[in-house]
Amino acid sequence: MKDNVVLDLSELPPHGLGTASQSWWGTLAFMLIEGTGFALSIVVYLYLMSLAPRWPLDAGPPDLLPGTTLTALLLASLVPNIFLARWARKQDLLKVRVGLIVMSLLGIAPLILRAFEFPAMHIKWDQNAYGSIVWVMLGLHTTHILTDLIETLVLTCLMFSRHGDNPRRYGDVSDNTMYWNFVVATWLPMYACLYWVPRI
Amino acid sequence: MTPKDNREIRDTAFDAAELERRLAATWTTPPGLLGALSTVDHKIIGRRYITTAFVFLALGGLLSLLMRLQLAQPEARFIGPDRYNQIFTTHGTNMMFLFAVPVMQAMAIYLVPLMVGTRNIAFPRLNAFSYWMYLAGGLLLWIAFVLDTGPDVGWFAYVPLAGPQYAAGKRADIWAQMITFTEVSALAVAVEIVVTVFKQRAPGMSLDRIPLFVWSMLVTSFLVILAMPAIMIASTSLILDRLVGTHFFNPAEGGDALLWQHLFWFFGHPEVYIIFLPAVGMVSTIVATFTRRPVFGYLGMVMALIATGVLAFGLWVHHMFVAGLPRLGESFFTASSMAIAVPAGLQIFCWLATMWAGKPIFKTPLLFVIGFIVIFVIGGLTGVMVASVPFDTQVHDTYFVVAHFHYVLVGGAVFPLLGAIYYWFPKLTGRMLNETTGRWVFGLIFTGFNLTFFPMHILGLRGMPRRIYTYQPEMPWSGLNMFISLSAIVLAAGFLLFFIDAIRSARAGATASANPWGATTLEWATPSPPPSYNFAKLPLVDSLEPIHDDAFLPAAIGLRVDRRELLITSVVEAAPEARESSSGDSIWPLWAALATTVALIWSIFSPWAVVWGSIPVAIALIGWFWPKDVPEDDS
Repeated sequence: MKDNVVLDLSELPPHGLGTASQSWWGTLAFMLIEGTGFALSIVVYLYLMSLAPRWPLDAGPPDLLPGTTLTALLLASLVPNIFLARWARKQDLLKVRVGLIVMSLLGIAPLILRAFEFPAMHIKWDQNAYGSIVWVMLGLHTTHILTDLIETLVLTCLMFSRHGDNPRRYGDVSDNTMYWNFVVATWLPMYACLYWVPRI
Repeated sequence: MTPKDNREIRDTAFDAAELERRLAATWTTPPGLLGALSTVDHKIIGRRYITTAFVFLALGGLLSLLMRLQLAQPEARFIGPDRYNQIFTTHGTNMMFLFAVPVMQAMAIYLVPLMVGTRNIAFPRLNAFSYWMYLAGGLLLWIAFVLDTGPDVGWFAYVPLAGPQYAAGKRADIWAQMITFTEVSALAVAVEIVVTVFKQRAPGMSLDRIPLFVWSMLVTSFLVILAMPAIMIASTSLILDRLVGTHFFNPAEGGDALLWQHLFWFFGHPEVYIIFLPAVGMVSTIVATFTRRPVFGYLGMVMALIATGVLAFGLWVHHMFVAGLPRLGESFFTASSMAIAVPAGLQIFCWLATMWAGKPIFKTPLLFVIGFIVIFVIGGLTGVMVASVPFDTQVHDTYFVVAHFHYVLVGGAVFPLLGAIYYWFPKLTGRMLNETTGRWVFGLIFTGFNLTFFPMHILGLRGMPRRIYTYQPEMPWSGLNMFISLSAIVLAAGFLLFFIDAIRSARAGATASANPWGATTLEWATPSPPPSYNFAKLPLVDSLEPIHDDAFLPAAIGLRVDRRELLITSVVEAAPEARESSSGDSIWPLWAALATTVALIWSIFSPWAVVWGSIPVAIALIGWFWPKDVPEDDS
């Protein structure tokens, strides 16, 4: 087929940022997948609760301290995360490096708190269905903190390497901050479900 | 323009021949084993996917012939009950998870980037990874089957039968973990397709100019994204129940067996539409080409696709009508099950109107479409019948249901798929399938299918339960069963002829021109088979039918040729936004898939596999994403 040139694209930027980047949309699609997973885990929790004669089954309500501290920490982590996103947009290498180190630490801290959250539930996964769903919900969310932490650590190394100062990397950092917002946002309904629904 | 930009090599600098040579040097997969294992070309991976899926179709077909051999006469002794359980479970699991869903996505992997006028699928390495995961999942199921460890709990693996108490050994775990493999791969492909359709359409291909097949794959991909997490949660919970003693499905400790059915069918019903909607897109494409006019009611067709996609999530309970659920809930799901017949009916009438108004050319692809309409309408009618609770209660778990879902799935998906293979074979291979053989294939499959499956309705009404490995001579079933088994030979002969024709034509069929059918969508604007870079110059779209009679395609220039570069456009208008690199070949997706395979299979046996097994996975992923000093990794 013959062609007839009518459009010149050479002045377009060589890399798209934000909604003009594929990885932004890809991250969004994966968030939709995982968000559906989180939502379904809450549905399973409520379904099992609706069947149980009393809830929680054979356990008191979970201790509030570790989970609430973790929630507060996650919410607080949004502040440096938003700054990091801004610095990545401005392609400020030095600030992005600092921001990534901070966010790496803020990825490790919740994992430490999480270690206290499991025992605060007063139930093991193999005692009854309540224990099973509680551990799976905590486990599911912990996996997300962990994977985001690993991604943040790799990005931190990358930004200190010679590959760092590049619009594509800043785009990666910016997608990573978006994903962390998602990890925090999904925790809030999980927190309400795990800690406050048993107290209703 | 900065000095750096001036050093970049653009397509504007060359004449046509030199441009094609340069593009080929940048985009073509190198020959040899390493090249084959590292390729990220959507066409090579798409062909691989399609071929693999058809191999699984043939294997699953062999299993069904074994079942027909056993059921041909009462009290037969060819296959024992244990093996029979494995055979029907593997047949169903294989056909749903290893054939139907992957083959539809595979067609999209090959066709969607061509139809939207881009040079590769979004996230090409993820695409390579998804294929390896799919292959590993298929091998897991089939190797287990050969080793007499095939799953034997039915393709929907109901608990408590599939739970720790009644399914000792690892058979049910093989089923559950095979799910993980195929869902990971299906979800990955869904994300690729969504992003390809949203962001990589040719300039000017606004939402109302997207080909209907692409629309159907977009809606399907969203169904995959929203439905498949349910089955992953279900199968993971099942493995946990079986491996570490959780109690999700154990009523003695607060769990619930029906929870499994809810989770499974919340996925399982949309699954039917995940298979059906791509077929709808194929039918629309074929109908338009062979009636020489656009499909009647484009907007209505798109709305029907979306409506079907939404309604698909409101039907799952109709698989559970005999489970003893509250009456009001059942009425709701009866209503919604009947409601979905509305968009389905709308599409059927649009196709009929198109054919009525056009000048149909009855080539093999259109024959399969007509076969589809006949068979799918029958399947749809029995679907409306089983949507009614009293009727469903009567025929539940009988051969009536077996007949119904084969009419819907084979009629609704396999017929359009075979039509699509005849239609797009020239684009896939550069050669034509044989038209005369094609008519024989259609005749044998259409006749064989109806003779095989229609009598199953009657068997079901006469009370023959599904999944029984034999029956007594006193039962009024033996004559029909013998008839069905003999008819199955006709059906199998049709498929055998199809495979022979496909293999023969791929090697020595008539050479295909770029657009042998005179079609109007973009994949026909490039040679058959397309070059590695798909389009030497990116096409521009100014209507729903971008290929006009005047044979001149408006094109865009200005892309780099020294790196794999494609164009990003806006979601609604498809206005150009940026040039973007597309990842080059890489062996890392294969390593990542191998590491994931080890971790997943190991985790059937020990929970610690999740901990230790994820370390190699993480290493492989870091190797995958770490920049490699190639022009694609910078900007």
